[in-house]
Amino acid sequence: MSLRSPLSQARGLGSAKDGVHHWWMQRLTALALIPLSLWFVFSIARYHLADYSTMILWLHNPYVAIALVLYFTALFYHSALGVQVVIEDYVAGEALKLGSIVLVKLAHFALAAASIFAVLKIAFGA
Amino acid sequence: MSAKPSAKPAVSRPLSPFMLGQYYRFQISSLLSITHRITGVALAIGTLFIAIWVMSAVAGPESYAHFAWFARTPIGLLLLLGWSWALMFHLCNGIRHLVWDVGYAFDKKSVDAGGIIVCAASVVLTAAVWIVAYLLPSV
Repeated sequence: MSLRSPLSQARGLGSAKDGVHHWWMQRLTALALIPLSLWFVFSIARYHLADYSTMILWLHNPYVAIALVLYFTALFYHSALGVQVVIEDYVAGEALKLGSIVLVKLAHFALAAASIFAVLKIAFGA
Repeated sequence: MSAKPSAKPAVSRPLSPFMLGQYYRFQISSLLSITHRITGVALAIGTLFIAIWVMSAVAGPESYAHFAWFARTPIGLLLLLGWSWALMFHLCNGIRHLVWDVGYAFDKKSVDAGGIIVCAASVVLTAAVWIVAYLLPSV
């Protein structure tokens, strides 16, 4: 057994580079969202008055489906990270803070799963 | 002996005033910082509409018609326009943040200039998206 303190043992070993995980994923998803959200806003501006069959036909295009799956993955990930920070900054009281973060994270997972499933079902459907 | 920190301090000490308002001279950095947050939260709420949009499409023509009807009401169109600007602002200011992250444009002059560029770009991009989308032959 070493008599050195845990801090002294850890010093000099370098970081596990895990402390910046939140920061890094926020930047990574932000980078992905630059082209994806530009494409998505333009597509919505173009298709927002389209009827049902036009919309389904558009979603049948494999490139559109792949881009939407990528967009939803990055979007809901980025959104969950961002809203988490806002809650951490403004919600006082540990119980309410923790509860809100759990709720927000689970809601983002659920919406991401539902949206991606919907896109794939239309894309694979007849 | 250490006292447990209580929520209400015994002595009321002066607090730093809020960054926007009468206490500080106006700065574009603080205004854009809070706008970045507000648009971020608004866009997070917007993801709910995006999810409802694809889920209504997968549910069939009738469900989709309900969503399409709402999207075409004046409120729906206003929300759509507001969403597109919020996204363009968050995107442009987000790029400004990414530039800072790699260590550029962090002096006072560039920070102020970048802020003005972001404001102008968000409006120009929003207008450009809608104008081009409407000028192209309809789908």
